[in-house]
Amino acid sequence: MKLEKKHPLAIRWFHWVNFPVLLIMVWSGLLIYWANPVYRIGLGSHTLLKMTLREPLYEKLHIAYRLAEGMSYHFFFMWFFAINGIAYVLYTILSGEWRYLVPNRRSFVEAVQVTLHDLHLRREAPPRRKFNGAQQIAYTAIILMGFGSLLTGLAIYKPVQFSWLASLFGGYPMARFFHFWITIGYVVFFVIHIAQVIKTGWNNFRAMIVGVEVVNE
Amino acid sequence: MSEQSGGGDQKSEVAGDVEETASDVGPDREPGVGKEETSEVGEDIDEPTAVAGPPSVDARRPTPAPRLPTPEEAELRRLSRRGFLVFGAGSIAAYAGWKWLTHAKRIGDVPWPLRRGFEANEKVAEAYFREARLSPTFPPSALTRARINGGIGLHANYDTSAWRLDIDGHTLTIDDIEAFPKRTMITEFRCIEGWSYIAKWSGARLSEVMAKFPPPPNTRYVAMETPGREYYVGLDMQSAMHPQTLLAYELDDQPLTWQHGSPLRLAIPVKYGIKNIKRIAAIRYTNIKPADYWAERGYDWYSGH
Repeated sequence: MKLEKKHPLAIRWFHWVNFPVLLIMVWSGLLIYWANPVYRIGLGSHTLLKMTLREPLYEKLHIAYRLAEGMSYHFFFMWFFAINGIAYVLYTILSGEWRYLVPNRRSFVEAVQVTLHDLHLRREAPPRRKFNGAQQIAYTAIILMGFGSLLTGLAIYKPVQFSWLASLFGGYPMARFFHFWITIGYVVFFVIHIAQVIKTGWNNFRAMIVGVEVVNE
Repeated sequence: MSEQSGGGDQKSEVAGDVEETASDVGPDREPGVGKEETSEVGEDIDEPTAVAGPPSVDARRPTPAPRLPTPEEAELRRLSRRGFLVFGAGSIAAYAGWKWLTHAKRIGDVPWPLRRGFEANEKVAEAYFREARLSPTFPPSALTRARINGGIGLHANYDTSAWRLDIDGHTLTIDDIEAFPKRTMITEFRCIEGWSYIAKWSGARLSEVMAKFPPPPNTRYVAMETPGREYYVGLDMQSAMHPQTLLAYELDDQPLTWQHGSPLRLAIPVKYGIKNIKRIAAIRYTNIKPADYWAERGYDWYSGH
């Protein structure tokens, strides 16, 4: 048995602080979205899925009539979300960790190979590196999404003081639209992330808490 | 607090431990740990025999030696114990913090720390606010249907001919308001619920009306209310003085309907719809933060854009 250093302490803290904070942001965002749940998946006039629930279900899930409360949590925890995220990015830059995280030319081909392997369509296992191409793309995309949330959020929050930002997203209603769909993106990320963590096993999960991983050679 | 400081101590310890386990980098690692690691190179550490157990007492009947943890295993156990302790303590502290926050005494129908959060955000917003930053304006082709929403303080049978505006003790008729330069703008009306529409507003600029009935210098707030004070809003002075803050008497080139607050309402695109008070009966100046209908019901008092 051999131990290998995997996740630096700072990154583990950023990760585990972000988890409950993002959870609160998504939950309070849902309390806000309830007041005007207008988005849908569809093409033209054909709607595949309305992004809303029936009112009895909203009430059962304690989402209904909590707009004010949702805003009070959202505009409180936004600071923690922003500061933790910015600190994480600064850390990866200053420590050089970004080298493991930012995708390169190979990452995209590798991401396809990894996905095919995960779907049992390809035999060859992903390369033994800290993060494979699929992970590099996912972990970089989630950071870009985080910045997307901050910027679209700022555009909705202060659409006059930051009207230039709102117009960059195509106006105030469009900023809200992107803000919503980025959040759906987090939920999709979360589901895949949890599935991958379960599939990869305890040793990998423990490394996110303890920092080291057991490597058998 | 003790949990937090304890966690901090453990954090730095774990940081040191992680450095020590960096087996394949750095020539300046701890001599003890390094020696053990280099001695393992080439050995198959998974074999129990790699660990020197106590010699068997009876050579003819070898009993399996008690399996001692390898240095690596001991190290993993130590790191795991610390890591999971900090993780568990942090989780408990976060959960306790959440319970405390959600059950904190409420001010204006939100837990007081969140009310303080609103107020801190208000300070940031006021510091950043510039009157020169305007709400975007649109061409007439962009107009959308003005939604009717919020009827508190409005009654269909209200006699608008008897309406008067009381501004700081002065009584004004609608003709007095219309005597001010008519300002027109096509702006976005944003409801706090998340929907918005684009409307054409015409009326007198509030700052120009206020210039005729000036508040004492350094007055901080403007308060407005409907007849009988059924609905009331508070405004910070710089939002009240914003050039796009109108005492509007026309919507989309038509006199206001009663549902839109005839004969005079506020059109203030630097605020959410809740501050765009309809059928204004009184305007007052004050240095005490005015009561606000929705701020008493959990919303942000500032609610500004």
